[in-house]
Amino acid sequence: MASQPAWMNSLFTYTGSSSFSEFLGAYAPNLLPARNESLAAPVVDEIPHATTIVAATCAGGVVMAGDRRATSGNIISQRDIEKVFRTDEYSCMGIAGTASTGLELARLYRVELEHYEKTEGRSLSTEGKAHRLATMIRGNLPMAMQGLVVVPLFAAYDPAGDVGRIFSYDVGGGPYEQREFHSIGSGSIFARGSLKKLYRENASPQDTVLACLHALYDAADDDSATGGPDVMRKIWPVVSVITADGFRRLPDDEVAEFVESMLERRMTAPEGPIAPLR
Amino acid sequence: MSIPFGGYASPEQIMRDRAEYARKGIARGRSVVVMQYADGILFVAPNPSKALHKISEIYDRIGFAAVGRYNEFESLRLAGIRYADINGYTFNRNDVTGRGLANLYAQQLGMIFTESIKSFEVEIVVAEVGEAAEDDQIYRITFDGSVFDEQGMAVIGGQADAVGGRLKERYVDGLPLPQALDAALTALTEPGGERPPVTQIEVAVLDRGREHRKFLRLTGPRLEKLLEAAKESQEGARQPVAEQAQEEQASAEQAPDTAPPIAPEGDIDTGSGE
Repeated sequence: MASQPAWMNSLFTYTGSSSFSEFLGAYAPNLLPARNESLAAPVVDEIPHATTIVAATCAGGVVMAGDRRATSGNIISQRDIEKVFRTDEYSCMGIAGTASTGLELARLYRVELEHYEKTEGRSLSTEGKAHRLATMIRGNLPMAMQGLVVVPLFAAYDPAGDVGRIFSYDVGGGPYEQREFHSIGSGSIFARGSLKKLYRENASPQDTVLACLHALYDAADDDSATGGPDVMRKIWPVVSVITADGFRRLPDDEVAEFVESMLERRMTAPEGPIAPLR
Repeated sequence: MSIPFGGYASPEQIMRDRAEYARKGIARGRSVVVMQYADGILFVAPNPSKALHKISEIYDRIGFAAVGRYNEFESLRLAGIRYADINGYTFNRNDVTGRGLANLYAQQLGMIFTESIKSFEVEIVVAEVGEAAEDDQIYRITFDGSVFDEQGMAVIGGQADAVGGRLKERYVDGLPLPQALDAALTALTEPGGERPPVTQIEVAVLDRGREHRKFLRLTGPRLEKLLEAAKESQEGARQPVAEQAQEEQASAEQAPDTAPPIAPEGDIDTGSGE
C-alpha cells in the first residue's frame, strides 16, 4: 500500500469513497484480509475447507443452502460449520474453499455493504453488491496462488425486478450471473446435476428449499467432503430464503421437517425423486 | 482615542465569545427530541428535507441526532460510522458502545472548541438501545465537548428549554409508540400552534425487538398510520397521562439533584487556605 497523506488516515477528515474496505486500507491496512505475504510452503490440506453450497431462484426470491461439514484432507474438522451468511437485508453469500479466509471475507463484506448504506443513506444496487464482492475476491488472488483459495456464491433479491438473482465467482473475481440455479464447492458437480432435474421455474420457496436439500443430499452421497444431514446429532443444513420480506434463515425445527420428509422418501427411493422422461 | 490594535483578550473572554457564537447558531434551527418509549428509543425532528437527515443510524444499536450546521454534524456522523464499523470489525459487533462513541465526539468537539478559531455550531445526541429499558442510554454532547448522560429524554437545538419543559409535562416511562410520538410532537409545537405535516417531520426508532439492526426510519404510509394513532391517543389518553405525570413530578421533586458529574462540586479552591 502506497503511503497515504495524513488526513486520509483520520476518522474525521477522510474524504475517500463510501467503501469500508478502502477506508480500512488507508486507516488500518493490517486488518484487511488480503495480504501479500508469501508462505514458506503452500498450504494444501492442513487447514479446514468448506464444501458445498447450492442456490436456486424461486417465485419472488432466491433460496441458498449449505451443508455443515469442514474437512482438512481426509479429516472432518468440523461437523456444524456455517457457510451461508446474511450480508444485508436482501442478500446473502455462501463460501467454499479455505474456511478461515472465507469467514473473514464474509465478515468484511457485510460491513462493506452496511457502511455504504449508512453513509449514503441508500442500499447498493444488486449489480453494485456483486461487483464489490468480485473486487474483494480478486484482492485475495495472491493468497489463492499460495493455496488459500476461497470462492463465494452470492444471492440477492433484486427489488428493481422483484426477482432473485445468483452470482458466481472464480479465484480471479467475476461476477458471473447465473440463471435459475448454481452450486459451488467440492460436491457442486453432483448438486448441480441433481438440481438440473429437480429445479422448477417459479416454484414456491418451500418447493425450492426441498429441491436444494435434495441436491445437497445427492452431493453428500457422492462427495466425501460434503456432509449429509446428521440425524443423530440433529445438525441440519443451513437454509436461507430471501424474498421481498427480506432475508430469513429457516429455524432448525423447520429445516428438520423438510429433511425428515426428504429422508422418508429416500427410504423407499434411495436415489431420490425421478424426473419425468417424457 | 486610540483603537486597540493586536490588543490583549483574556482566555475567559475568548471562550465566552466562542460559546456565545456557537449557542446563537444552534438556537437558530428547530429542536430535535430523543426519548425512550416502551420498546426502545424514539427520534423526532421537524425537517422539511427528505434527503438531508438530522437523524441517522450509526450501528446495530446506536442512533444519532443532531442540530446546527449541516456540514459540521454530517462530518461527525460519518466519523461515527467509521469508528463504529472499524471497532465492530476489529473486535465484535457487541463491542461497539454508545459510551465509546460519545467519548469520541466529546474529544473531537472539545479539541475544536479550544483550538480552532470557530467552534462547531452543533449539538448532538448519541442513543443506544439495550436489552431492557434500564440499559438504554442517551448521551447529549454540546459544542464544547461536554457530555450529559440524559435520563429518559433529551432535547437539543432551537428553543430547547421550552420544548424540554413541555416534553417533561407529558413524558412517562414506558409510553407506547403512538403516545410517545404524540408527546414529542406536542412538545415540538408551540402552544396553540399547528403541528408540522407528515412531510415536514423526520421520525426514526431504535426498536429493541428488531433483529440485527435496531434502527428503523419511519416514512410514508407507516408514519401516516402512526401519526393517526398518535392523534387518537391524544384524546383518549390525555387524562391518565397527565395524572401520572403529576405523580412523576411529585416524586421528582423529592429526588436528590441528579445533575451529571461534569465538574468538581463545591466552590473553586482559591488556594488561600481558609
